[in-house]
Amino acid sequence: MLVLEDVHTHYGKIEALHGVSVEVNKGEIVSLIGANGAGKTTLLMTVCGNPQATSGRVIFQGRDITRDMTSNIMRSGIAIVPEGRRVFSGLTVEENLHMGGFFNTKSEISKSQAHVYELFPRLKEREHQRAGTMSGGEQQMLAIGRALMSKPNMIILDEPSLGLAPLVIKQIFEIIGKLREEGITVFLVEQNAHQALNLADRGYVLETGRIRLHDTGKNLLANPDVQNAYLGG
Amino acid sequence: MAAHNLKHALFCAIVTLVISYPILGFNLESQGTSVILEGAKTSTVIGVLLAAVIVFLFQLFRDNVMGSLRQLPAVNPLANRKPMEQSRRLKLESALLTLMVIGALIWPFIASRGAVDLATLVLIYIMLALGLNVVVGLAGLLDLGYVAFYAVGAYTFALLSQYYGVSFWFALPIGALLAALFGLVLGFPVLRLRGDYLAIVTLGFGEIIRILLNNMTSLTGGPNGIGGIPDPTLFGMEFGRRVKEEGNTSFHETFGIAYSSEHKVIFLYLIALVLAVITAIAIRRLMRMPVGRAWEALREDEIAAKSLGLSRTAVKLSAFTIGAFFAGFAGTVFASKQGFISPESFVFLESAIILAIVVLGGMGSQMGVILAAIAVTILPELAREFSEYRMLIFGAAMVLMMVWRPQGLMPMRRIHIELKPQE
Ligand SMILES: Nc1ncnc2c1ncn2[C@@H]1O[C@H](COP(=O)(O)OP(=O)(O)O)[C@@H](O)[C@H]1O
Ligand SMILES: [Mg+2]
Repeated sequence: MLVLEDVHTHYGKIEALHGVSVEVNKGEIVSLIGANGAGKTTLLMTVCGNPQATSGRVIFQGRDITRDMTSNIMRSGIAIVPEGRRVFSGLTVEENLHMGGFFNTKSEISKSQAHVYELFPRLKEREHQRAGTMSGGEQQMLAIGRALMSKPNMIILDEPSLGLAPLVIKQIFEIIGKLREEGITVFLVEQNAHQALNLADRGYVLETGRIRLHDTGKNLLANPDVQNAYLGG
Repeated sequence: MAAHNLKHALFCAIVTLVISYPILGFNLESQGTSVILEGAKTSTVIGVLLAAVIVFLFQLFRDNVMGSLRQLPAVNPLANRKPMEQSRRLKLESALLTLMVIGALIWPFIASRGAVDLATLVLIYIMLALGLNVVVGLAGLLDLGYVAFYAVGAYTFALLSQYYGVSFWFALPIGALLAALFGLVLGFPVLRLRGDYLAIVTLGFGEIIRILLNNMTSLTGGPNGIGGIPDPTLFGMEFGRRVKEEGNTSFHETFGIAYSSEHKVIFLYLIALVLAVITAIAIRRLMRMPVGRAWEALREDEIAAKSLGLSRTAVKLSAFTIGAFFAGFAGTVFASKQGFISPESFVFLESAIILAIVVLGGMGSQMGVILAAIAVTILPELAREFSEYRMLIFGAAMVLMMVWRPQGLMPMRRIHIELKPQE
C-alpha cells in the first residue's frame, strides 16, 4: 500500500535520511522504531511531502506521490497523527473532529463523528470542552479521532505514546489494534519499542537515517541487538 | 515588602524625568530670525517633577496597588461572569447588531452634520477593521501594512474618476477587486512567513505602496494628491447645488425640495452604512463556511492544518485577498467622502489604528470590533482639546486594556456548527 524506495531527505544541506526503503502492505500494522533523532519523524513527514524526498520514490496505493503537494497527499487516503498531538487547543473536541473531516460532506462527518465517539467514549463526554484543557491522553485520543474523521485507508502515527501514563498507553495501543480490525492500515512510529513491536505484524529499526533491521514484530522482539538497544537489555 | 522595588522605582522615576523634561521643559521660541531655547514655565517643571514622584510611588507600591485593583470587582465587572450559552449569546448578538443598525439608520436625521460626517468615518473604520479582523483575528496573520489596500481602493476611484470620469458606483467594485488583487499578489511572497517576519514584510509592503503613490507624481500627483473626486450619485441624481455631469439630474430639484448640503453628507453616510452592514454579513457568512474554519485551523496550528489536507497557500491567500477586498471598499468610500486624497492619508499610523481596533475589539469578534471602532474614532474627537496628546491617550488606553482585559473587549466565541444526524 505504501512503498518507500531508497528515499533520501535533506534539511537544507544536511541529509537526514540516507536511502530508506520501507514497505507497508494493506491491512498490516507496521512499526518503525528508533532512538531520538534517528529520523523517524522525518521519514513520516517525507511520506506527507513536507519536506519532499530529494531522491528515491514514495508510492501510495500504486501512485507515485513523491512530488505531490502535502495538501493533495493528505486528501488521498492517508491521515497522520502528528508528533506531539497538535490538536487545535482553542477549539472544542467536536470542532477539532469537524476539522478532521474538512473535505467530507456533512452526513459523512456526522457518521465518522459517531464512530469516533464509539471508539473513544471519553471524547463524547468532553464533546464541548476546549481541546487545550484536556489531559495528554485525551488529547492523543482526539488527535487519533481527528485523523480518522477523513476516513483514511491508512493512518500514520508519530509516537502516540509520548509522555503518557502506562495505563493510557495501553488504551491507545488497544485502539490501534482495533483500527486494523476495521481494515485501516497502520504505520506506527514509536520509541516505546516493546509495545509497538508486540502489536506489529512487521517492524523496521531506523538508526541515524538508515534502516538497520527489518523483520516480523515477534522476531525483532527476540533479536538480541534490538533487546540491547531498545528494550533495555 | 516595597523595599525590593526601590531600585526599580528609582530607575522608573529617572526615566520619566529624562524622557519628559527635555520634551516638555524646553520650548523653541523664534526671536526675529533666530530660534532660541527657552525654559518652560515653572508650572510645567513642577508638573514633570510631580509625574516623576507619582511614577516612583506607584512603582514602589506596585504590588499592593495592583493587588487591590485585582480584588476590586468594580474594575472588571465581567471578570467572574460565566460565559453565556452559545445559542443565547448568538441570539443576543444578532439582536444587538440589529438594534445598532436601526439606531444607525435614525442617526443622520437627529444628529448634526458634523456628527453624521464623523459617523461616516466610524463606518469606514468598521469596514477596515472587519476586513483586517479576517486576516489577523481569524487567520492569525499579523498584517501591519493593511492600509496599503485601503490606499489602493481610494486611489483606484480617484484615478479612474480623474482620467476616465468613472463614477462612484463603477469604481466601488473595481476598487475592491483591485485591492483584492493586491492582497493576492502580496500573499505570494509572504506565504512562508509567520509572526514577526510576516509583520515586518507586510509593514514594508504598506510603505512601498505609499512611497510609490508619493513618487509617481505624473500619475498620482505625488504629495499633492488628487482632488475633485466626485460624490456618489443616486440613480443619476447629483447632490451638489448645480449638476456637474451631463445627463444627470439634481436631487433637490427632482424632489422639489430646497437645496441643502446636508443631503450629500447623509447620503454618503447611508452608503457607508449599507456597505458596512454588507461587510459584516458577508464576513459572518464566510466564518461559517469551510474557508472560515480553514482560517481558524491555520491560526490554531499550521502543521496540524496541513496534516488535514488544507493547503496553506490557498488558506493564507484567501484570507489576504478577502481582507484586502473590504479595505478596497472602505478606500473608495473614503475617497468619495474626502473628495481629495493624498499619500498622507495612508501612513503606517493608519494601519496601527486599524490593528488597535481589532486587538481592542477582541481578535475575531465582530461585535467587539464594531464597538472598538466607535471608541477609537470618537474618543479623540471628543477630546479635541487634548488632540496633541491623542497618541499619548491612545497608548495609555492600550496599556490599560492589556492590564484590564488582555483578551479584548469581547473575545471571539466561535460560531458553532451543529450537525444534524441524518436518517
Ligand atoms: N526542521 C528541521 N531542520 C533541520 N534539521 C532537522 C529538522 N527536523 C529534524 N532535523 C534533524 O533530522 C534528524 C532526524 O530528526 P527526526 O526525524 O525528528 O528524528 P526522530 O523523529 O527520530 O526523533 C535529527 O538529526 C534532527 O536534528
Ligand atoms: Mg520524532
